[in-house]
Amino acid sequence: MPSGVEPITAVEIQALISNAIPDAQIQVRDFTGGGDHYEAVVVSAAFAGKTKVARHRMVYSALQEAMEQRIHALALTTLTPEERGQVEEQTPGLVNIQVRKT
Amino acid sequence: MANSNVLAQIDEQVKKNKIIIYMKGTPSFPMCGFSAATVEVLDSYDVPYESVNVLEDPAIREGIKRYSNWPTIPQVYINGELVGGCDIVREMHANGELEPLIRAAISS
Repeated sequence: MPSGVEPITAVEIQALISNAIPDAQIQVRDFTGGGDHYEAVVVSAAFAGKTKVARHRMVYSALQEAMEQRIHALALTTLTPEERGQVEEQTPGLVNIQVRKT
Repeated sequence: MANSNVLAQIDEQVKKNKIIIYMKGTPSFPMCGFSAATVEVLDSYDVPYESVNVLEDPAIREGIKRYSNWPTIPQVYINGELVGGCDIVREMHANGELEPLIRAAISS
Protein backbone atom coordinates (compact mmCIF):
# COMPACT_ATOMS: atom_id res chain seq x y z
CA MET A 1 0.00 0.00 0.00
CA PRO A 2 1.38 3.45 -0.92
CA SER A 3 2.45 5.49 2.09
CA GLY A 4 0.07 8.21 3.20
CA VAL A 5 -2.99 6.27 2.05
CA GLU A 6 -5.42 5.39 4.82
CA PRO A 7 -6.45 1.71 4.89
CA ILE A 8 -10.11 1.20 4.12
CA THR A 9 -12.47 -0.60 6.50
CA ALA A 10 -15.10 -3.22 5.74
CA VAL A 11 -17.74 -0.75 6.90
CA GLU A 12 -16.56 1.85 4.37
CA ILE A 13 -16.60 -0.68 1.54
CA GLN A 14 -20.11 -1.71 2.52
CA ALA A 15 -21.27 1.94 2.59
CA LEU A 16 -19.81 2.72 -0.85
CA ILE A 17 -21.50 -0.30 -2.44
CA SER A 18 -24.73 0.48 -0.61
CA ASN A 19 -24.75 4.06 -1.97
CA ALA A 20 -24.46 2.82 -5.54
CA ILE A 21 -26.76 -0.22 -5.24
CA PRO A 22 -29.32 0.78 -2.60
CA ASP A 23 -31.23 -2.53 -2.43
CA ALA A 24 -28.06 -4.61 -2.03
CA GLN A 25 -27.49 -6.97 0.87
CA ILE A 26 -23.77 -6.82 1.45
CA GLN A 27 -21.36 -8.85 3.52
CA VAL A 28 -17.76 -7.68 3.59
CA ARG A 29 -15.05 -9.68 5.31
CA ASP A 30 -11.43 -8.72 5.85
CA PHE A 31 -9.92 -12.12 5.24
CA THR A 32 -6.40 -11.41 6.35
CA GLY A 33 -7.21 -8.91 9.07
CA GLY A 34 -4.70 -6.55 7.46
CA GLY A 35 -7.19 -4.08 6.01
CA ASP A 36 -6.29 -4.63 2.36
CA HIS A 37 -7.57 -8.07 1.33
CA TYR A 38 -11.34 -8.18 1.37
CA GLU A 39 -14.05 -10.57 0.36
CA ALA A 40 -17.53 -9.24 -0.49
CA VAL A 41 -20.80 -10.98 -1.26
CA VAL A 42 -23.35 -8.64 -2.82
CA VAL A 43 -26.96 -9.73 -3.36
CA SER A 44 -29.18 -7.40 -5.41
CA ALA A 45 -32.13 -7.59 -7.78
CA ALA A 46 -30.28 -4.99 -9.88
CA PHE A 47 -27.98 -7.81 -11.11
CA ALA A 48 -30.83 -9.65 -12.85
CA GLY A 49 -30.23 -10.13 -16.58
CA LYS A 50 -26.67 -8.81 -16.35
CA THR A 51 -23.47 -10.72 -17.12
CA LYS A 52 -20.96 -11.38 -14.36
CA VAL A 53 -18.63 -8.83 -15.95
CA ALA A 54 -21.37 -6.17 -15.92
CA ARG A 55 -22.22 -7.00 -12.29
CA HIS A 56 -18.63 -6.76 -11.15
CA ARG A 57 -18.24 -3.46 -13.03
CA MET A 58 -21.22 -2.07 -11.08
CA VAL A 59 -19.52 -2.90 -7.80
CA TYR A 60 -16.07 -1.75 -8.96
CA SER A 61 -17.46 1.58 -10.16
CA ALA A 62 -19.06 2.11 -6.75
CA LEU A 63 -15.61 1.64 -5.24
CA GLN A 64 -13.68 3.45 -7.97
CA GLU A 65 -11.37 5.73 -6.02
CA ALA A 66 -10.94 3.15 -3.26
CA MET A 67 -10.15 0.38 -5.77
CA GLU A 68 -7.38 2.49 -7.28
CA GLN A 69 -5.70 3.51 -4.06
CA ARG A 70 -6.83 1.69 -0.99
CA ILE A 71 -7.94 -1.84 -1.79
CA HIS A 72 -5.28 -4.32 -2.80
CA ALA A 73 -7.61 -7.25 -3.35
CA LEU A 74 -11.36 -7.76 -3.32
CA ALA A 75 -12.79 -11.21 -3.94
CA LEU A 76 -16.29 -10.58 -5.23
CA THR A 77 -19.42 -12.71 -5.47
CA THR A 78 -22.47 -11.10 -7.10
CA LEU A 79 -25.86 -12.80 -6.87
CA THR A 80 -29.51 -11.96 -7.46
CA PRO A 81 -31.86 -12.88 -4.59
CA GLU A 82 -33.07 -15.88 -6.67
CA GLU A 83 -29.53 -17.10 -7.29
CA ARG A 84 -28.74 -16.76 -3.63
CA GLY A 85 -31.70 -19.01 -2.89
CA GLN A 86 -30.41 -21.58 -5.40
CA VAL A 87 -26.92 -21.51 -3.94
CA GLU A 88 -28.38 -22.06 -0.48
CA GLU A 89 -30.37 -25.07 -1.74
CA GLN A 90 -27.43 -26.64 -3.59
CA THR A 91 -24.79 -25.96 -0.98
CA PRO A 92 -26.48 -25.48 2.38
CA GLY A 93 -24.44 -23.30 4.67
CA LEU A 94 -22.24 -21.77 1.98
CA VAL A 95 -23.99 -18.43 1.73
CA ASN A 96 -24.97 -18.46 5.38
CA ILE A 97 -21.30 -18.44 6.26
CA GLN A 98 -20.56 -15.59 3.87
CA VAL A 99 -23.71 -13.50 4.19
CA ARG A 100 -24.65 -13.11 7.79
CA LYS A 101 -27.99 -11.59 8.62
CA THR A 102 -27.57 -7.87 9.09
CA MET B 1 0.77 9.62 -27.43
CA ALA B 2 2.17 6.95 -25.15
CA ASN B 3 -1.25 6.24 -23.66
CA SER B 4 -3.00 5.46 -26.90
CA ASN B 5 0.01 3.43 -28.08
CA VAL B 6 -0.35 1.15 -25.07
CA LEU B 7 -4.08 0.76 -25.59
CA ALA B 8 -3.50 -0.05 -29.28
CA GLN B 9 -0.83 -2.58 -28.31
CA ILE B 10 -3.19 -4.24 -25.83
CA ASP B 11 -6.02 -4.23 -28.36
CA GLU B 12 -3.79 -6.02 -30.87
CA GLN B 13 -2.75 -8.66 -28.29
CA VAL B 14 -6.33 -9.26 -27.18
CA LYS B 15 -7.62 -9.64 -30.74
CA LYS B 16 -4.70 -11.72 -32.02
CA ASN B 17 -4.92 -14.40 -29.32
CA LYS B 18 -7.90 -16.71 -28.83
CA ILE B 19 -7.15 -16.91 -25.12
CA ILE B 20 -4.92 -14.42 -23.30
CA ILE B 21 -4.36 -13.69 -19.63
CA TYR B 22 -2.88 -10.50 -18.19
CA MET B 23 -1.34 -11.56 -14.91
CA LYS B 24 1.28 -10.88 -12.28
CA GLY B 25 4.18 -13.20 -13.03
CA THR B 26 4.11 -16.03 -15.54
CA PRO B 27 2.04 -19.25 -15.70
CA SER B 28 5.10 -21.16 -14.41
CA PHE B 29 5.92 -18.55 -11.76
CA PRO B 30 2.81 -16.60 -10.77
CA MET B 31 3.60 -13.71 -8.42
CA CYS B 32 0.12 -13.35 -6.91
CA GLY B 33 -2.38 -15.82 -5.51
CA PHE B 34 -5.20 -14.57 -7.72
CA SER B 35 -3.10 -14.94 -10.86
CA ALA B 36 -1.98 -18.40 -9.73
CA ALA B 37 -5.56 -19.56 -9.15
CA THR B 38 -6.66 -18.29 -12.55
CA VAL B 39 -3.76 -19.96 -14.36
CA GLU B 40 -4.60 -23.19 -12.56
CA VAL B 41 -8.09 -23.07 -14.08
CA LEU B 42 -6.76 -22.37 -17.59
CA ASP B 43 -4.15 -25.11 -17.31
CA SER B 44 -6.83 -27.65 -16.36
CA TYR B 45 -8.19 -27.45 -19.94
CA ASP B 46 -4.82 -28.31 -21.45
CA VAL B 47 -5.17 -25.77 -24.27
CA PRO B 48 -2.65 -23.20 -25.52
CA TYR B 49 -3.03 -19.64 -24.27
CA GLU B 50 -0.99 -16.47 -24.30
CA SER B 51 0.06 -14.66 -21.13
CA VAL B 52 1.35 -11.17 -20.43
CA ASN B 53 3.29 -10.45 -17.25
CA VAL B 54 2.12 -6.96 -16.24
CA LEU B 55 4.92 -6.71 -13.65
CA GLU B 56 7.39 -6.41 -16.53
CA ASP B 57 5.65 -3.39 -18.06
CA PRO B 58 4.13 -0.64 -15.89
CA ALA B 59 2.44 0.92 -18.95
CA ILE B 60 0.57 -2.33 -19.68
CA ARG B 61 -0.18 -2.81 -16.00
CA GLU B 62 -2.04 0.52 -15.90
CA GLY B 63 -3.21 0.38 -19.51
CA ILE B 64 -5.04 -2.94 -19.18
CA LYS B 65 -7.21 -1.47 -16.42
CA ARG B 66 -8.24 1.42 -18.67
CA TYR B 67 -8.60 -0.76 -21.77
CA SER B 68 -11.31 -2.87 -20.16
CA ASN B 69 -12.57 -0.46 -17.50
CA TRP B 70 -11.70 -3.22 -15.04
CA PRO B 71 -9.60 -2.30 -12.00
CA THR B 72 -8.02 -5.63 -11.12
CA ILE B 73 -5.49 -8.14 -12.44
CA PRO B 74 -5.60 -10.95 -13.58
CA GLN B 75 -7.88 -10.46 -16.60
CA VAL B 76 -8.78 -13.25 -19.02
CA TYR B 77 -9.90 -12.52 -22.58
CA ILE B 78 -11.40 -15.14 -24.88
CA ASN B 79 -11.96 -14.27 -28.55
CA GLY B 80 -11.35 -10.60 -27.80
CA GLU B 81 -13.86 -10.36 -24.95
CA LEU B 82 -13.12 -9.85 -21.28
CA VAL B 83 -14.42 -12.99 -19.55
CA GLY B 84 -13.48 -11.81 -16.09
CA GLY B 85 -10.95 -11.88 -13.32
CA CYS B 86 -10.14 -14.61 -10.83
CA ASP B 87 -13.59 -14.81 -9.18
CA ILE B 88 -15.60 -15.00 -12.41
CA VAL B 89 -13.23 -17.42 -14.13
CA ARG B 90 -13.25 -19.77 -11.14
CA GLU B 91 -17.03 -19.52 -10.82
CA MET B 92 -17.54 -20.26 -14.55
CA HIS B 93 -15.10 -23.16 -14.29
CA ALA B 94 -17.03 -24.60 -11.37
CA ASN B 95 -20.48 -24.25 -12.96
CA GLY B 96 -19.42 -25.52 -16.40
CA GLU B 97 -19.83 -22.26 -18.33
CA LEU B 98 -16.14 -21.83 -19.08
CA GLU B 99 -15.38 -25.08 -20.89
CA PRO B 100 -17.66 -24.53 -23.94
CA LEU B 101 -16.31 -21.00 -24.27
CA ILE B 102 -12.72 -22.26 -24.30
CA ARG B 103 -13.43 -25.19 -26.63
CA ALA B 104 -15.30 -22.93 -29.08
CA ALA B 105 -12.46 -20.39 -29.09
CA ILE B 106 -9.78 -23.04 -29.69
CA SER B 107 -11.69 -24.65 -32.56
CA SER B 108 -12.60 -21.30 -34.17
